[in-house]
Amino acid sequence: MPTIAVPRDALFEALGKTYTDEEFDELCFDFGIELDEVTSEKEMLIREMGEEKAEANDQKASEQVIYKIDIPANRYDLLCMEGLVRGLLVFLRKIEAPVYKAVLPSRPHRLLVKPATAQVRPFVVAAILRNIAFTQASYNSFIDLQDKLHQNIGRKRSLVAIGTHDLDTLKGPFTYEALPPEQIKFVPLNQTREFTAVELMDLYSKDSHIRHYLHIIQDKPVYPVIYDKNRVVLSMPPIINGDHSKISLSTRNVLIECTATDLKKAKIVLDTLVTMFSEYCETPYTAECVEVVRADGMVEKYPELRYRNEVVTVCDINRGVGINEGAESIAKLLTKMCLRSQVIEGGKSIKIEIPPTRADVLHGCDIMEDVAIAYGFNNITMTLPKTSCVAKQLPVNKLSDQLREGVAQAGFTEALTFALCSRDDVSVRLRKELATIPAVHISNPKTLEFQV
Amino acid sequence: MITSGSWRTKSFKSYNFKALGVPPAAGHLHPLMKVRSEYRQIFLEMGFTEMPTNNFVESSFWNFDALFQPQQHPARDAHDTFFLKDPMYSHTFPMEYLQRVKRTHERGGYGSTGYQYSWKYEEAQKNLLRTHTTAVSARMLYQLGQQEEFTPVKWFSIDRVFRNETLDATHLAEFHQIEGVVADYNLTLGHLMGMLYEFFKKLGIEKLRFKPAYNPYTEPSMEVFSYHEGLGKWVEVGNSGMFRPEMLLPMGLPREVSVIAWGVSLERPTMIKYRSEQHSRVGRSQGRSANGPR
Repeated sequence: MPTIAVPRDALFEALGKTYTDEEFDELCFDFGIELDEVTSEKEMLIREMGEEKAEANDQKASEQVIYKIDIPANRYDLLCMEGLVRGLLVFLRKIEAPVYKAVLPSRPHRLLVKPATAQVRPFVVAAILRNIAFTQASYNSFIDLQDKLHQNIGRKRSLVAIGTHDLDTLKGPFTYEALPPEQIKFVPLNQTREFTAVELMDLYSKDSHIRHYLHIIQDKPVYPVIYDKNRVVLSMPPIINGDHSKISLSTRNVLIECTATDLKKAKIVLDTLVTMFSEYCETPYTAECVEVVRADGMVEKYPELRYRNEVVTVCDINRGVGINEGAESIAKLLTKMCLRSQVIEGGKSIKIEIPPTRADVLHGCDIMEDVAIAYGFNNITMTLPKTSCVAKQLPVNKLSDQLREGVAQAGFTEALTFALCSRDDVSVRLRKELATIPAVHISNPKTLEFQV
Repeated sequence: MITSGSWRTKSFKSYNFKALGVPPAAGHLHPLMKVRSEYRQIFLEMGFTEMPTNNFVESSFWNFDALFQPQQHPARDAHDTFFLKDPMYSHTFPMEYLQRVKRTHERGGYGSTGYQYSWKYEEAQKNLLRTHTTAVSARMLYQLGQQEEFTPVKWFSIDRVFRNETLDATHLAEFHQIEGVVADYNLTLGHLMGMLYEFFKKLGIEKLRFKPAYNPYTEPSMEVFSYHEGLGKWVEVGNSGMFRPEMLLPMGLPREVSVIAWGVSLERPTMIKYRSEQHSRVGRSQGRSANGPR
């Protein structure tokens, strides 16, 4: 389960209410998230680095209280404070869920995809956040969310990688290409000279953070790279961005690009970043479209920010949850969960609008769960199913239980042994050849004690 | 002394009720297995039939894919699951059903949008040590779906599962999972809660609270919390949910049938009951001492 770390005071300020730890824990419980830990930046640093080193870093770490909250793995819209606050405020009926819009300008920026990318990282999507105003806190949150998305839905950048750039330092149209590593040369983030991609592989093999991603492209004949009109490198995904286009607190226009091996996930990642941080744009909750021209010539516009509709019957919902609510009431409950709903068919059905932030809704049962959460699980009446069955024991279990009793009564002590043991245990130590033993072999044991 | 009456004047040594006598020669049953028997009893009392779980090795298909768990899911990582080198792949599957599972993952259907990724047969073939007994429940539900006419069922199992963890005081690589499944027409979340209430009541736990949770194969999902008088706080005692239609409908089960299920571990209640601080001491020391000169 992913965890986010949120500064408590900023959280309460955004929610417009101060809670005690217990009250907030209750709120989390009802919403379906978990307040895992109450700590501080300083405490976290001590735990990571040990008491002495943390003392040396004293000035940087604050004693500000931090809440660590566990988020369900399928809720990408709750992975940052902005999303969490928005979700909670809608849940508490303090605000209405915002409507996210993708704006197509008269001359959108274009990103052209070259065919060679199909060999290594075929998909790319992009969007622009216009006239955004960052504070230190929102900037940190922006970086954090990218990291969380990389780790979770991006499967450690192998499925999706994100690059964010200061659009004002670049000139479109942009190209997404794949070139042999020796031909790629640029100044990477936080460096002062140019490196070739080959040199970068070497440089980053020593970097504790980045070296885990090198394998994704290392052995390929070509590496992905994004250029602007003047051949400035925006990024070499999924490894590193260029220093030229790095964003800072004063950045006003952000270009977001997501390269991927899974297009659906790339779209979800882009939509998530855009919906979460468009809050800080001059026209909130809007994002500017970028035209991506695929290698086959098709033109797609991103971000999609698609709203789709589902219809469920009142009957199905009531029957699934075990409650007896009217259509209006159910519609109100769903709206609390960011699923704007209205009653149709004279009260028999509900039409639900599923926003781009709720990519986790796949089926009517997801909607049913949200009704139950909004209603409050603990408000549902407990009943017993009328299912009547005659039970049967598994004969081998019945026999082994009878044997166990008998053996113990005869004075023996029962031992519970592991099924897994080391290769030596079944071969060398018994003076037998491993190849002759009919054992099941594990391919990825973590310890030597569990190999077969 | 009684007949002569001389007992009146003799001084007797006092009884020492604190003295330990000679312990009788006794056998012992393992605490984990004792708790297992208790659970078995509870399930049988509630009319649940035992599932045949005597296979530790399972294919990814039954352990993950049939449960609508996507192939890129982190739980299918080598980090968390024991994959097998030998035998590495399974080859026999009910192929028509497999095609339905593939389609549902890729494109949805049955009212779902699906996951929209490319489903690979080789991934499903990979053998592993099962990570949950839900794999067996999946097999059984598929068999149920093949029946001419649907009959309601109540099943349970208590058996070993394997996770690729490094061992420490609170983590074992192999442990026991307890699972209960009910399949019938029109079961509701309220029914699941009622079932859980009765189940835990038999263990002496009556204060329960339910929290929304997430499992790839159940929706809605609930974590079950009970109030621990000793610790003075709510602790998680189990996980539960209603299986997703994307899992049940490809199996051929009727649309109106819902399947509710829940799982608890065997080790945690045993630890609480026998007041042991370490999972490993409960599961392991008995095992270790009988497992060679260590």
